[in-house]
Amino acid sequence: MLLFYILTQISTTPLNIIPPSELTAYDNPNDDGKKINIEWTLSPDDSLLDGYEIWRSEIKDSGYYKIGYIGRQKAHYQDAMQVKEGVTYYYEIRCRDRNYNYSEFSVPSEPVVSSSQWYDKNKTNVLFGLFLFSFIILGAIFQAKKGKTLFIRKINGLDALDEAVGRATEMGRPVLYVPGLGGVGDIATIAAINILSQVAKKTAEYNTPILVPNCDPIVMSVVQEVVKEAYLEKGRPEGYNTEHIFYLVGSQFPYAAGVGGIMVREKPATNLFMGYFAAEALILAETGNISGAIQIAGTDAVSQLPFFITACDYTIMGEELYAASAYLSRNPTLVSGIKGQDYNKLVLLFFLILGSILGLMGNNFIVNLFHS
Amino acid sequence: MRKLVPLRICLVCGIVMLIQFFIPHNYSQTFFQYALDWLIVCGVFAVVIGLDSNFRLHLTRIIRRKKGWGYSLITMVAVLSVAFIGIKFGIGADSLFMKIYRNVEVPMDATMFSLLGFFMASASFRAFKAKNKEATVLLIIAVLMMLGRIPIGYFMWDKLPNLVEWIMMYPNMAAQRGILLGVGLGAAAMQLKILLGIERGWLGGAGD
Repeated sequence: MLLFYILTQISTTPLNIIPPSELTAYDNPNDDGKKINIEWTLSPDDSLLDGYEIWRSEIKDSGYYKIGYIGRQKAHYQDAMQVKEGVTYYYEIRCRDRNYNYSEFSVPSEPVVSSSQWYDKNKTNVLFGLFLFSFIILGAIFQAKKGKTLFIRKINGLDALDEAVGRATEMGRPVLYVPGLGGVGDIATIAAINILSQVAKKTAEYNTPILVPNCDPIVMSVVQEVVKEAYLEKGRPEGYNTEHIFYLVGSQFPYAAGVGGIMVREKPATNLFMGYFAAEALILAETGNISGAIQIAGTDAVSQLPFFITACDYTIMGEELYAASAYLSRNPTLVSGIKGQDYNKLVLLFFLILGSILGLMGNNFIVNLFHS
Repeated sequence: MRKLVPLRICLVCGIVMLIQFFIPHNYSQTFFQYALDWLIVCGVFAVVIGLDSNFRLHLTRIIRRKKGWGYSLITMVAVLSVAFIGIKFGIGADSLFMKIYRNVEVPMDATMFSLLGFFMASASFRAFKAKNKEATVLLIIAVLMMLGRIPIGYFMWDKLPNLVEWIMMYPNMAAQRGILLGVGLGAAAMQLKILLGIERGWLGGAGD
């Protein structure tokens, strides 16, 4: 018992470790007022330590409680533990060694009050970039409206859409359109819906059934409207069948199983995979390949592109998916948007080359411009 | 009018959320959190639409005895019985509902995922044929990559894992970043066009 008492006393008695000094606390800038930064000068005995305990109080001389711990050689801590805006806080720090011996507490910090800001200065470069980007795109649109002809390069996968729908018509089989796993908020899904609008016009024209199994009920509702509108526009409202655009299931692999089942049972002549895809991409594309359908895929999911390239006849890669709607409709205003995008790419390329050259010379000015 | 109202809503909401991105203030963050919560609430209502579509589809198939109606019957029985079990006996960690989930759905999910291994082999077999110059380069790189990731590659040439790592870190990463840059710019351009009502395909009748 005596030994235990002595050991306990030793472990809780402050040793001759010098606590950290020059403790300063300040409000974290550009935030919602829920973070405070604390900095200090390391203890001279830092190499003997395990780390530092950070304590906080709302009164200078009492009521401190532990809010965090950070390892040795670190002189900065960000307090995000239920910090309230407008409340005054004080901080103290003490050292702890590997045997749980503690130093005395440091001198308390000056009072600090957290506040939230109305503008994030760190995002100024993003704001500037946004204006520049929008200005270039709008400029290109303005040019198109003035009647300037804009060239857009050939995209084989999109040119093949006509052929693919035609094949289904000749074979008397349906077209299967898979809009992927994404929700309606995903840009890839919106692009997929835009392409579907054009494909549905062709299926309406050729009187070919189009099947659209959905993974998201909101996407399904939008898709139903888009296809119905396309059939109306082509003067064939009777050709539209709500039963062909349906909600299958909300989970990834059951969805893949369901779509695979449709491919095997209905034997569509054309499979179109457009939108966001994950691990189910290869399952779908390979099942379609086995069923002998002509397949066109389009996704912005970089990791799935190799699978689609391998298993599909045509693949629309990354940004081509977004350009599809403009490419297919040949609407000058939409095409000009793509042109604007290309001009932006040129600007970015200029910064990339300049940044690389300056970076190699040890100047990180351009690199830092893109930090936020 | 039918298109004008959604376009105006889209414009206003888009601009509000765009401004919100630059405001770190507490009010702005709370508003953002509310917007996310609304999305979840809308999503819950959307499930009802989804279930309605699903039930109609399968019931029609069963009633009309369409091809494969047996699968629809199994689906309906499974959906209704699991929903009944969940509502009647609860969905706690040790409930029957969770047992069904753990012992039926999870293994079936895993089975589908495992199929990827076989599909990958069949896809690779087709892709890695030296039909032309590009395919030959692909074949060589693929063989190097496969060897470099397994111990035998190291025993053949101890620098092979480093070479594979270099291929992954530089040529592969450069290509991926190129695509990603295009995707980023494309997505931003598309958002701008949707916001300004130039891209209207999502309303039906693309860009008209």
